[in-house]
Amino acid sequence: MNMIQAINSAMEVMMARDPNVVVMGEDVGYFGGVFRATAGLQEKFGKTRVFDTPITECGIIGVAIGMGAYGLRPVPEIQFADYIYPALDQLVSEAARLRYRSAGQFTAPLTVRSPFGGGIFGGQTHSQSPEGIFTHVSGVKTVIPSTPYDAKGLLIASIEDNDPTIFFEPKRIYNGPFDGHWDRPSKNWSGHEGGAVPEGYYRIELGKAAVVRPGEAVTILAYGTMVHVARATIEDMGIDAEIIDLRTLVPLDVETIEASVKKTGRCLVVHEATRTGGFGAELSALVQERCFYHLEAPVERVTGFDTPYPHSLEWAYFPGPVRIGEALKKLLKD
Amino acid sequence: MTADGSRPNLPPLSLHVPEPKFRPGDAVDFADVDVPPAGAQRRPDTAAAPDSFHELAYTLVRVLDDEGQAVGPWNPRLTPDTLRTILRDMALVRAFDERMFRAQRQGKTSFYMKCTGEEAVAIAATHALASDDMCFPSYRQQGILIARGYSMVQMMNQIYSNSGDVLQGKQLPIMYSSRDDGFFSISGNLTTQYPQAVGWAMASAAKGDTRIAATWCGEGSTAEGDFHSALTFATVYKAPVIFNIVNNQWAISSFSGFAGAEATTFAARAIGYGIAGLRVDGNDALAVYAATLWAAERARTNQGPTLIEHFTYRAEGHSTSDDPTQYRSAGEPTAWPLGDPIARLKAHLIAIGEWDDERHAAMDRELAEQVKAAQKEAEKNGILGHGLLQPLDSLFDGVFEEMPWHLKEQRQQMIDEETASGRPWARKS
Repeated sequence: MNMIQAINSAMEVMMARDPNVVVMGEDVGYFGGVFRATAGLQEKFGKTRVFDTPITECGIIGVAIGMGAYGLRPVPEIQFADYIYPALDQLVSEAARLRYRSAGQFTAPLTVRSPFGGGIFGGQTHSQSPEGIFTHVSGVKTVIPSTPYDAKGLLIASIEDNDPTIFFEPKRIYNGPFDGHWDRPSKNWSGHEGGAVPEGYYRIELGKAAVVRPGEAVTILAYGTMVHVARATIEDMGIDAEIIDLRTLVPLDVETIEASVKKTGRCLVVHEATRTGGFGAELSALVQERCFYHLEAPVERVTGFDTPYPHSLEWAYFPGPVRIGEALKKLLKD
Repeated sequence: MTADGSRPNLPPLSLHVPEPKFRPGDAVDFADVDVPPAGAQRRPDTAAAPDSFHELAYTLVRVLDDEGQAVGPWNPRLTPDTLRTILRDMALVRAFDERMFRAQRQGKTSFYMKCTGEEAVAIAATHALASDDMCFPSYRQQGILIARGYSMVQMMNQIYSNSGDVLQGKQLPIMYSSRDDGFFSISGNLTTQYPQAVGWAMASAAKGDTRIAATWCGEGSTAEGDFHSALTFATVYKAPVIFNIVNNQWAISSFSGFAGAEATTFAARAIGYGIAGLRVDGNDALAVYAATLWAAERARTNQGPTLIEHFTYRAEGHSTSDDPTQYRSAGEPTAWPLGDPIARLKAHLIAIGEWDDERHAAMDRELAEQVKAAQKEAEKNGILGHGLLQPLDSLFDGVFEEMPWHLKEQRQQMIDEETASGRPWARKS
């Protein structure tokens, strides 16, 4: 399965198991979504459980909150993460705080699916990585898969979760892993272990990172597309790095991070989002707080630049193998 | 165009900035407020198409006339007992407001918001809804809880954020929440409850339930994007929801003109969406009741949403943090041409021989005692000024269903700091 099919399968499994799961969003019904993630669901589960919505993101999330308060388990889609900003108030001030402010009387068990990230020539409005905005908010969980297998298991866990969850789908790797070299032929998921996806129900617990490659020389913290870019880079360079795929940013698996950095003594954080105030800053601070006496070099960050996502200069912006390689050389020089 | 960019043959453009008719010190004259005669507005069948009664969005549906009689097709023909119940609830919320306003001035809590002059909007509407319909209120519909018989002691516990507060001190005073009473958690961010009400109503419809949703916002916050998103969703899916716009003329110090009132009515916003729209005399409890019942019947029979503008007047400040004498004429509240909702319903009951001044005065005394007794009871659980009345570590409860490590770590840090400081704050466990 590719990641789209895995995501589709997760929703199908959950809709069959729980009659309260509903899927909603622009174009998700008859058409099955612009990325086809919801294809076939309306045919199977009917129009009251899978339906198209007006183009109003604050409406989509506000309505989903009301449905959640009724007792449904909505899975709204925001077509591109770049369009989540009009819904930000409903997510940040309402969904995230509903349990807290009502002392548990009302909850918002939403799973907001949204494709994010660049590398597809999407320009400023189809490439952003807004995860840092949500990790800064108390009361929402942020989940980002890096393989079809993880996408299905994490999406099922998110839908079952009683807290609001933002599920960001790295669209650059929907169809196959990406090594960061835009000018090389694309691979597909059939040759990758993460592409083997069981048909039925399984879940991957939120808050558990995966050590995707054990190593001794340096710890690389990454998520989504960057897991694959980092892995291809160290394999090309012959560096024995330990790569940790965070999988969920909130709650974060700090134990796995801490154990790895204490072992390797070096840490590189990689993400596609802009640098200043990004989640990499939080990771870097956590590692510094918890592993300072084990560190043999300052924590390095490789991120997108503090500019809007450019169209024609996309590959200059993208934190690819060259920048990751330079950071690794700096980290490993002593 | 000339070299300097001007076009001498055209007058310069000018920007229109609305200005209310009266400011502090001005004499008030509401002669231009069009108050049509009571009973003159037709009552369409609840199955009628929304575009067949557009004029009802531009007039005022009124039942109580100047003589205190209930007239016309919107007269809900309530029994005297029901009328007395509504009157009593309105008087009770007023007594409650007065007492809690004073409590705030005495430093017993941080904040309070009265609904003086708008009592009919929440109370008459609630009596027209089923008790299990879901309400998504704004912050000035405390009347819903009063009309549903919610405990005043509980309300006060929350206003005081004391140890009896069911919301554990996590919300502002007056931002109540009661799932069991069909009262959704109030948000301070305006009109966010509008799409939420639509979502609840859509869920109810999708599940084949019979319950409907109702929501309230002020006229000022119809400018919010959420308002328009909600109306779009509601019309698209024919959601069984009632939208109430409480046009009380003032959004803190901004008059209704800044929400677009100079150009049209707020009820007319319904027309562009193909939603049934009514403009109602919000100080006429019978008109509010009748309009709500009509809208509820439309919702319950799958005719879709209704938007009701309640034309009323905020007789007091926005909140205890507001001083309306700084921005509006002191004469406005008494000059308001639609009168006072309690006085009008009282006059009606007297006119039909079902009430008198003595009984009314006795009722007011009794309600004042009832509120006072509730206050005494609530204050046994403490007041805000007494310090922290919730267990300290409850601060971290309910951010998530299960507490993740980072919150546990922060909670422990707080407790350790607290222990080291020796301050005598009560703690859980």
